[in-house]
Amino acid sequence: MEYNVLIGGEAGQGMDTLSGLLEKTLKRCGFYVFTNNDFMSRIRGGHNFNQVRFSDKPLYTYSPCIDVIFALNEETIHLHDSKLKSGGMIICDDDIAKDEDIMHLPLIEASREIQDKRVYTTAGLGAILKLFGLPLDIAESVIKDQFSDKIARTNIEAVKAGYDMTDTRYPLKTAKDDNIIINGNQAVAMGAIAAGCTFYCAYPMTPSSGVLTFMASKSDEMGIMVHQVEDEVAALNMALGASYAGVRAMTGSSGGGFALMVEALSLAGMIETPVVVIDVQRPAPATGFPTRTEQADLRFLIHAGHGEFPRMIIALRDPEDAFYQTARAFNIAEKYQIPVLLMSDEYLSDCDVTIKPFDFDRIKIERHISGPEAVDKDGYRRFKITESGVSPRILPGKAEGQAVLVDSDEHDEWGHITESAETRVAMTDKRMRKMEGLAGEIEEPWPIGREDPENLIVCWGSVYGAVREAVETLMDEGISVGALVFGDIWPFPAKKLTAMYPKVKKLIDIEQNATAQLDGIIREEALIRCSHKILKYDGRAFSGEEIYNRLKEEVL
Amino acid sequence: MAAKYEYKLYDQPAWCPGCGNYMIRTALKQALEELGLEPHQVVISSGIGQAAKMPHYINVNGFNGLHGRALPPAIGIKLANKDLKVIAESGDGDTYGEGGNHFIHTIRYNIDIAHFVHDNQIYGLTKGQASPTTAMGQHTTLQFDGVKAEPVNPIALALTMGAGFVARGFSGDTPHLADLMKQAIMYDGYALVDILQPCVVWNKVNTYAWYKQRVYRLRDDYDYTDKHAAMEKAAEFGDRIPIGVIYKIQKQSYSGRFDFIKDGPPLVDRKLNPKDAEKLMRQFV
Repeated sequence: MEYNVLIGGEAGQGMDTLSGLLEKTLKRCGFYVFTNNDFMSRIRGGHNFNQVRFSDKPLYTYSPCIDVIFALNEETIHLHDSKLKSGGMIICDDDIAKDEDIMHLPLIEASREIQDKRVYTTAGLGAILKLFGLPLDIAESVIKDQFSDKIARTNIEAVKAGYDMTDTRYPLKTAKDDNIIINGNQAVAMGAIAAGCTFYCAYPMTPSSGVLTFMASKSDEMGIMVHQVEDEVAALNMALGASYAGVRAMTGSSGGGFALMVEALSLAGMIETPVVVIDVQRPAPATGFPTRTEQADLRFLIHAGHGEFPRMIIALRDPEDAFYQTARAFNIAEKYQIPVLLMSDEYLSDCDVTIKPFDFDRIKIERHISGPEAVDKDGYRRFKITESGVSPRILPGKAEGQAVLVDSDEHDEWGHITESAETRVAMTDKRMRKMEGLAGEIEEPWPIGREDPENLIVCWGSVYGAVREAVETLMDEGISVGALVFGDIWPFPAKKLTAMYPKVKKLIDIEQNATAQLDGIIREEALIRCSHKILKYDGRAFSGEEIYNRLKEEVL
Repeated sequence: MAAKYEYKLYDQPAWCPGCGNYMIRTALKQALEELGLEPHQVVISSGIGQAAKMPHYINVNGFNGLHGRALPPAIGIKLANKDLKVIAESGDGDTYGEGGNHFIHTIRYNIDIAHFVHDNQIYGLTKGQASPTTAMGQHTTLQFDGVKAEPVNPIALALTMGAGFVARGFSGDTPHLADLMKQAIMYDGYALVDILQPCVVWNKVNTYAWYKQRVYRLRDDYDYTDKHAAMEKAAEFGDRIPIGVIYKIQKQSYSGRFDFIKDGPPLVDRKLNPKDAEKLMRQFV
């Protein structure tokens, strides 16, 4: 069982609020839900839509095939009716269309009677729920949780009015609900908070602003310092200052803002100060498509920053992964005193997905901070040469009479400026030695499908869901196919791929960029070349159907 | 001078003989000593340039970061550990040029840090180009026909941005400078001290003698709470240049605007427990 509801209209008509109510009601009815959005970069007008896909089985991506369209304007009908499955239907208000094959209902009239015209879309929610025969009381509970008493009252009246306007066409049974529904940005923020991040500073930039907003919304309750900075240059420098002083600090942006952080990223490498940075990618170059998706910053992040210094890069695959990996990023950043870069994208950040609740017992906070015992007879050496490359880190103010000095110039073990050739080499080697320890930390990619496939897909980050659905469909057809989905991506984990490769006939790279960046990295790091590439860079996320179709047409 | 602020092995600064930075360092040590601050209680955040080397020549915590970026780390440090006395220290190019945006916005935040700007009206470490405070028409190693841009007036800029503590010092009057530094460090909010100093190698106009002839201490009866008077003093930069606290009022500092920082322990001392975040899950159920 699977259905897909599209809600479309102009920016400002309330599609987001409505799809939020619908998806949570469906979740509480026991369904798995996957909601994606298609927004234009404007606040009013244009055409936006949300798609709420739900099923009694887990969902990993969206689908372009629609069962129900709720049109808030006429344009929505014209733009989307071609995607309607046979037996699908269109719902709208009487004022929008009066065609016989469209279910037009007196929704606006109902809102007039309730004397709150904003609730017209909620009347539509009632009609949709009735189509599926879902209980009204769950929608009422969702509305009560979401709104203040006064607004909840008129919305409940509206949902009831809409419910009475239709009959049940696709009767569904509810089930027990144990899940949460969350998007990638919220999951990242939750991971950071669970990991003890008490300092988040950023400059708003779509599609990363959701992390900043969520952190800000919990600032007072959790005692988190959330600071909106003047620019991204300040953001990373400030996060580094906070981290130097001893808190777990994070910043984030999209690619354009991350570009401004690049200078300070190099500083993080030089002063060996831990920090976590998230790049929620969007199509570039330059301003690109502000509200759309792409995976084209991989090379940029691997090479960002002047000079050579260690870093770790983790691509987030779904909201559950985003939570645990963000928390893990703080431990690795502090263990190795390096920047850890997280990669998300608009698609992952904005899609609401039902997943198991987070297990907070799995989150461990490992600080790797030393006390005054790190001060020896020669004083405290913040950059003491060690076998691992990691020096004992004490915090300023925490060792009586002892100063802690970090310096962006090349420095000696004490942090003082040096011009010594020997020290330069020793310090570069020390810093780069951390990559050896990091190599032991990295996790191999997630395997999907067959373990010894003739057709092996490689991909990374948020393409996971669409690849998974495509692979499962192909497996059902008896095709020998599997996939490796990279999360940790720098240092590059090549073991599993190298082991599987000898039996592979076709190695297929699937990415949301134009230059097959992962393929290039695999060539460099594993000396393996992908035989096929399925690339997409139109700003829209892959669906499982699209990957399936392109594999059939171009590869299989 | 208190030996505790001396780095025994590093007491040979890379500054030129006669540089104003030596006297600024002397004043800073005196200020810290008179305030009874220990090396671990103070942090200097600096950018790049001759002035920005200060953390290497005075034994307190130091964050010698990037050019133009002395202020953002200073803010991060102060918000992370409110118990630390945080000083941002850098030159005129660092502060008013490369870091101009941070300067403007740090004033808006009114974060509790003292900002000491070594203003020698020239670029020293890059060999004599004009800085944002070099006078219009002055010939430099780059502006061969004279500077064709008008200088920044840092005092007026800080005042118009609403800074609550704006002062000007002179490296040639160290007791006076040390007193300004003490007041700035103890001020609860953002405190700017623009410090005039000669660059003995690259600035042949604004020499020690040039400053000496012009600089005068504000009179004891000067009302530093009068913003109009302060703006007049800010504009006085010619035959006569006033030094002292030009403007000072009390207003709430940034940290004071957050109850969990004001009333709680420093963020750095917070006990962290992942389970504390579990209660936030209710909105996703």
